[in-house]
Amino acid sequence: MLAYIFRRVLYAIPILIGVNLITFALFFIVNTPDDMARMHLGVKRVTPEAIEKWKQERGYDRPLFFATQQDGLSKITQTIFFEKSVKLFAFDFGPAEDRRDIGEEIRARMGPSLALAIPVFLVGLAVNITFALLMAFFRATYLDFWGVVLCVAMMSISTLFYIIGGQYVAAKLWNLVPISGYDGGLDAGRFVILPVLIGVVSGIGSGSRWYRTIFLEEMGRDYVRTARAKGLAESVVLFRHVLKNAMIPILTGAVVVIPLLFMGSLLTESFFGIPGLGSYTIDAIQAQDFAVVRSMVFIGSVLYIVGLLLTDLSYTVVDPRIRFD
Amino acid sequence: MRIVLILLLFLAGCGEVWNDPYPASERGRNILYSAFSERPKHLDPVQSYTTDESQFIRQVLEPPLQYHYLKRPYELVPLTAVEVPKPREIEGGKFTVYEIRIRPGIRFQPHPGFVAANSQLKREVVEKLETPYDLPLGTRELVADDYIYQIKRLAHPRLHSPILGLMSEYIVGLGEFSKKLRKIDRREGWLDLREHALEGVERVDRYTYRVKLHGRYPQFAYWLAMPFFTPIPWEAEKFFQQPGMAEKNFTLDWWPVGTGPYVLAQNNPNARMVLDRNPNWRGEAYPSEGEPEDMAAGLLADAGKIMPFIDRVVFSREKESVPYWNKFLQGYYDNAGIGSDQFDQAVRVSIEGAAEPSPEMIGKGIRLSTLVSATIYYFGFNMKDPVVGGNSERARKLRQAISIAVDMEEYLSIFANNRGVVAHSPVPPGIFGRREGAEGINPVTHVWRDGREARRPLEDAKKLLAEAGYPGGRDPKSGAPLLLYFDTTSRGPGDKSRLDWWRKQLAKLSIQLEVRETDWNRFQEKIRKGTQQMYGLGWAADYPDAENFLFLLHGPQARADGAGANSSNYLNPKFDALFEKMKNMPNSPERQRAIDAMVGMVRHDAPWIFGFHPKEYSLRHSWLANAKPNDMAGNTTKYLRLDVPRREALRREWNRPVVWPAVLLALALALSAVPAVLTYRRRERMAARAAG
Repeated sequence: MLAYIFRRVLYAIPILIGVNLITFALFFIVNTPDDMARMHLGVKRVTPEAIEKWKQERGYDRPLFFATQQDGLSKITQTIFFEKSVKLFAFDFGPAEDRRDIGEEIRARMGPSLALAIPVFLVGLAVNITFALLMAFFRATYLDFWGVVLCVAMMSISTLFYIIGGQYVAAKLWNLVPISGYDGGLDAGRFVILPVLIGVVSGIGSGSRWYRTIFLEEMGRDYVRTARAKGLAESVVLFRHVLKNAMIPILTGAVVVIPLLFMGSLLTESFFGIPGLGSYTIDAIQAQDFAVVRSMVFIGSVLYIVGLLLTDLSYTVVDPRIRFD
Repeated sequence: MRIVLILLLFLAGCGEVWNDPYPASERGRNILYSAFSERPKHLDPVQSYTTDESQFIRQVLEPPLQYHYLKRPYELVPLTAVEVPKPREIEGGKFTVYEIRIRPGIRFQPHPGFVAANSQLKREVVEKLETPYDLPLGTRELVADDYIYQIKRLAHPRLHSPILGLMSEYIVGLGEFSKKLRKIDRREGWLDLREHALEGVERVDRYTYRVKLHGRYPQFAYWLAMPFFTPIPWEAEKFFQQPGMAEKNFTLDWWPVGTGPYVLAQNNPNARMVLDRNPNWRGEAYPSEGEPEDMAAGLLADAGKIMPFIDRVVFSREKESVPYWNKFLQGYYDNAGIGSDQFDQAVRVSIEGAAEPSPEMIGKGIRLSTLVSATIYYFGFNMKDPVVGGNSERARKLRQAISIAVDMEEYLSIFANNRGVVAHSPVPPGIFGRREGAEGINPVTHVWRDGREARRPLEDAKKLLAEAGYPGGRDPKSGAPLLLYFDTTSRGPGDKSRLDWWRKQLAKLSIQLEVRETDWNRFQEKIRKGTQQMYGLGWAADYPDAENFLFLLHGPQARADGAGANSSNYLNPKFDALFEKMKNMPNSPERQRAIDAMVGMVRHDAPWIFGFHPKEYSLRHSWLANAKPNDMAGNTTKYLRLDVPRREALRREWNRPVVWPAVLLALALALSAVPAVLTYRRRERMAARAAG
């Protein structure tokens, strides 16, 4: 197992270098360092000297990938790519273009993102599985039919509609919760109730349909017939046998997103004024803050790789036949 | 069901209102609630240059001068200075000296930088700090050296002051000082600017300093009312240069230090910025003079009373307009701007064009203020372009024809809810040099008829177009329709109607318009290189002076030839000569004549379609008093007053929780499960069925 994990970590290094390279190339195809300087210095009274100074200070006056003027290894090391990328592997993100420390920002914003994302994930998973099992239990009945119709209808509605509609009804019309905002500690609860509810409800349609398909496939298998033939109650068949055997596809979809919960939700955080990592990324893209974009993409890649690894490892837990040795 | 009941009980524990976004500890307190949408980039007065940032720093920092809160046109009055300094010319006008005397006894806000023990902190101590104010705090008296220190900071090699280039042209020795600092700076640690003399800035005594300028520059007094010229204590800069401070975001750029009525107590630009009353503030009397209508509006009720009236200001970040607007309607923001989506809900415009709050707003006691901003949005022609540019009659008449055809009145009506006034020159209303009424219209595009301005008929534009050599909008040589290009950064789905409108305006003259949509960077690049043909831009005043708008057409500042602000690359030697003369004149009939002549030239040459001056609409609740829009003064929070009991009562009335629909919904959900339960139980009890 350890050898497997070690091997996977080694595989991750070229992937991360590749992701870094692509992020870097894409960002600098769209923006030149001059563009970034202008964006940060504003539009009024920006002189060429100020732009040069800005670039010098942040190391953007160097060549992108290859420094022809330098000798030896410096041809590689004295470039923007090397300077900006290598430190990422030590999780040293440095300052954003507005000079605020990125590591400090990420630490501060991780909490609000998780306060929203974890309940949405856990409650959503529980609700979707339960709803899907019910539909599978009542398969080929009017309950299953209307359940699927409801799922399709819910899938067809934009997340934005759920958010604005939810805010209008729960916070504006019924005055039950604050429309937006965030506070630390236990007070965070009353701010995340509504976005969590909306996150769960908006995910029911697609989630439940997906799990229903998995369960129906499992229910056609021989072991289910055997269990029924033994006289087991249908609820026992579903929850003890079908659910257990459906765990592999469920885990494939669910575990991989667990690390990505750190990255936050772009839309929900913006509308509910939650100062998480999702809104941090959006702000950085809008402000052409390469330092933050590059850091967030890097963290996203690392977390995704961790997610895939965790998914593989989780298979061994639910299916004893799987071994990595 | 049980979960819903628990949830409701939990919310019931929040008090009478459940949707209050603020902590219960703040209820009933004298706190102003406002919002911001953009993260501030800089709070260091050397670098900060946007309105978003000034709403924070202008309450904290105090330049020597300020604008009178109520009087119009805008008038400079002393803030920390004893009086508004009078320029004194020396050496036959070669130099001008401003001697600024500040009031003794003014003290800085409490700050750890003033405590000697805090100047050598260990990194471990810094790492444990939540804010710099966790350390012991001290203060000291404001002296002239603090202002001198800040002027030197304009040239600091590690800071980016947007006005360094401009001020280097005027403040004697600033350019050289900047070069010198760049050479000696070691790029780490504290650079003690006290050790380096700046020729043009001199300490006279403890409370007096002099600034020596090249030639005349009357607008310098306006700069003395801006944050660039606020005092910065050297102790604060030194304090923030200690190891570990930057990693904690403890910098002068994020924690401004000043002598103003408020202190930035919480700095979380992602969510909440909080200003607390500065316990060291000396106090200032509310103005007792204003415009004639201010008395009736109740704006002089607090005349002579000591400010500030509010203890704390909480700015919450709202990135989206929908929650922002709804929270204002719930009473959780004391004032708000009006987005285009909310305009119809908030404002009713009469047939005469007068705007007033809608019945819904009146029902809530909400008041509306409007202000024509000292800003212009214009649509320019590139004077270097071979078709629309240049000084030939052909190009000039083409520009004039287009200026008539582009119906800005219609533009404002369709796209801006009439929130703006059509511009007839670069100079906005309320600024010396602007003419109103029949004298103020642009005779190229408008006529004065029946006591009001009217756009010239399209036939006039068609006639000019024919005279320009494009009869019927066609080039007689090729017979092809004239094709022009409009560069814009508007490229979202919501901009399509606006761009279609532009095409339609030129189609009225049978001219084809191709819109070249691009991102901001590429757009800027085109303007810099002078490769655009037509384009749109805006300019907001730094200070209320015609020079601050007419310089946008000053030849030596052509963007394509350097880095100036003249994006049309307009070059008219007569205009330039008059500009040089006018900018140094005091406001006088002679200056008015010079401005009239310059405005006449640009109307005739038509390098711009003058566009419009936006009209800002703002709303405030009935409990917020003394609010008067002021485009120049940013330090307006100290004048505001709150009726807190009234706010509390109205918030309670407007935000009573409505529980029954939630209970009903929960019941409906529970009931919907009944058929499923019944079916389940029936199935579980069902005996095995025979096949077939």
